[in-house]
Amino acid sequence: MKNTPKTITMQVTRFRPGEDEAPVVQSYEVPLRKEWAVLDGLNHIKDHLDGTLSYRWSCRMGICGSCGMTVNGKPQLSCATFLTDYAPGPVRVEPLRNFPVIRDLVVDISDFMEKLPKVKPWLIHDGEPPEGEFLQTPREMDEYKKYSMCINCMLCYSACPVYALEPEFLGPAAIALGQRYNLDSRDDGAEDRRDVLASAAGVWACTFVGECSTACPKGVDPAGAIQRYKLTAAVSALKDYLLPRGARR
Amino acid sequence: MTAFHNIVVVGGGGAGLRAATAIAEANPLLSVAIVSKVYPMRSHTVSAEGGAAAVIADDDSLDEHAYDTVSGGDWLVEQDAVEAFVREAPTELLRLEHQGCPWSRQPDGRIAVRAFGGMKKKRTWFAADKTGFHLLHTLFQTALSYQDIVRYDEWFVTKLLEDEGGVHGVVAVELATGRIETIIANAVIVCTGGCGRVFPFTTNANIKTGDGMALAHRAGAPLKDMEFVQYHPTGLPFTGILITEATRAEGGWLLNKDGYRYLQDYDLGRPTAEPVLRSMELGPRDRLSQAFMHEHAKGRTIETPYGPIVHLDLRHLGAHVIDTKLPFVRELCSKYQNIDPVKELIPVRPVVHYMMGGIHTDIDGATPVGGLYAAGEVACVSINGANRLGSNSLPELLVFGARAGKAAAEYVRELKTGPRSAVYAQGRDEERRLRHELGKRTEGTERIADIRTEMQTTMEEGAGIYRDGDSLDKAAVKLHELRERFDRAAIDDHSSEFNTELIALLELDFMLDIAQSIVACAGRRTESRGAHQRTDFPKRDDEHFLAHSLVHHSGRVEYLPVTITRWPPGERVYGR
Repeated sequence: MKNTPKTITMQVTRFRPGEDEAPVVQSYEVPLRKEWAVLDGLNHIKDHLDGTLSYRWSCRMGICGSCGMTVNGKPQLSCATFLTDYAPGPVRVEPLRNFPVIRDLVVDISDFMEKLPKVKPWLIHDGEPPEGEFLQTPREMDEYKKYSMCINCMLCYSACPVYALEPEFLGPAAIALGQRYNLDSRDDGAEDRRDVLASAAGVWACTFVGECSTACPKGVDPAGAIQRYKLTAAVSALKDYLLPRGARR
Repeated sequence: MTAFHNIVVVGGGGAGLRAATAIAEANPLLSVAIVSKVYPMRSHTVSAEGGAAAVIADDDSLDEHAYDTVSGGDWLVEQDAVEAFVREAPTELLRLEHQGCPWSRQPDGRIAVRAFGGMKKKRTWFAADKTGFHLLHTLFQTALSYQDIVRYDEWFVTKLLEDEGGVHGVVAVELATGRIETIIANAVIVCTGGCGRVFPFTTNANIKTGDGMALAHRAGAPLKDMEFVQYHPTGLPFTGILITEATRAEGGWLLNKDGYRYLQDYDLGRPTAEPVLRSMELGPRDRLSQAFMHEHAKGRTIETPYGPIVHLDLRHLGAHVIDTKLPFVRELCSKYQNIDPVKELIPVRPVVHYMMGGIHTDIDGATPVGGLYAAGEVACVSINGANRLGSNSLPELLVFGARAGKAAAEYVRELKTGPRSAVYAQGRDEERRLRHELGKRTEGTERIADIRTEMQTTMEEGAGIYRDGDSLDKAAVKLHELRERFDRAAIDDHSSEFNTELIALLELDFMLDIAQSIVACAGRRTESRGAHQRTDFPKRDDEHFLAHSLVHHSGRVEYLPVTITRWPPGERVYGR
């Protein structure tokens, strides 16, 4: 049996505002254990080697969306990415790309937080809701279900080459969440979301590289949501051109 | 810096978001702020898996939901609160449905319900096995449509401010910049969730450090029933990731090392191929976790590097049921345990999951301190008593989040006086203290991670599933020592921007308070009830302890009789 190394080197990008002019790489040796995620390595550093390292994490079960980082060049949830997959190392850990860095591995996601309400990600229903539940068959739910699985982890924004160049771009997650409601049988808000989703900063900015869907840890497929909406928007624009107002819906 | 709002909600999870929207609806003119140490959609509500109980099925009734809840809580339950809870739960879940929550459906489009532990009828609504995730994102996204709700995302509250008139705001640190702000308000609603991180092995997220309990405690609100800590019977070893009770509701079995369904040996009924409600694997969590301990004592568990385990067997459910009803379980097992539950057994062990205890509130979320409200896991109304039933916590945070929001809106409407100068002075004092914490802790000899780890070990050893007078006394002594060592703790990080070490220090300060409260209450309750099992006092003692313990910040413990409306104390019967 081959001897497995007992430790692995983690090369972590540090940036301390007021102290570092530019990001620097700091190396740490951490135990290499079968069960350890990249996040466990960072926690070992924080608890035992260097208390000044900052990063976000919470649920460590891939559902809260806090711990997105760039691991060996790829956007990943650090709680769901395992050190042994990078043995013998080193493992490079950097902040998510395409976002301003606040500190070390912590990025500023306020751009997304400001864009999200613009797509009106809430149910818009004309008239009063029913006394009981809206009826919605499993098939109707399947129409939007995968777009409702977004955990807002920002891996898709980090992977998106358009967002890198066009900061105005609404971005994959926000568009997918707009579509999540558009495609919900209980919702009548598609018209209200159209101006934003069909704008120059909306779906038309996307060049369909598809990196977002590759990066998504939850199978949301934002690229598919965007392509589907392009068709909707094109048909809708055509109707606007051809039909009198009352017949457009 | 000083900011002003009518009401501040601390915590942006399910209870906090529901409270904030209830305020906005009660009085749109009020300025509401949600102050949360994480972005609201990161809150721990997100991790709830199995479902939310509320009567909707034709064969069900409010009385049956109430009885299951009261008996599940071993009668340490406010029965008037339970009656309100079961009555309002269906309205709250329907409201979420109208807001877009993707509840799982029957083929005809109506809401589907599943079985759950300790429930005599199928009444648990679910969104596959990501119920908390969908519930939280629905609440958060809906809250985005309320433009008058102001959010302080990634702000950590360090203190509640008060004068003779009551609570009048908070002091909070903005993580990104280190800015310290006094936020003045006429009422504060604490919705910060539980404190599982006081223990070493927990399903709880890293953020569950009991902040709100400690904040309220320091502001004079007693904590109630803190000795009642829920161990969920099925967590993955090492990570502590929860494997939902819905696995057993769908028909999963718990097997010991011999492949034997051992629950039949613990007065929980006879094994059958199909799941039977309130029986065997669908018994309550306290009884199942205790059964595990007995199996371990008999040498019938399996040793692993991460403690003894038993097996959860889902193989007979087949890929279709697992993929449609339990997809997240399959994902978690694959990712974190490298096994496929369609073909393999899942290793599980009991894991700290939920605090039945919390800030003492009445049925409207009001604490005894003026202007201070609490709702959700952080609070103790108590509908959960000595043991919470699975799928009651999500409807609880909705029902009592809404009630607290409405009550706080009413309170500020009637309030005659604003904050006095003492409140501003406290804000300035707290700001000075925080700057001092940041600057002075350079010379200490203790690492906060070491103190935290020792606290967690102490709690598991002294106040775990089974406790006794000796173990609790030892824990109390050790916690006292750790509190002294905490004063000598150093931090490496003295910077302002996103200083997570400073936050960890402040969280540890809170957790040490909570740990001491748990041990103090557990030591004085010389009986066994629900999740509080004393090996030296193995019987329930209604004569002395059909009462809630209230621990004050001074350490004084007093008892408050339980409110009984319609269900006199009886035997908890499962499986027969």
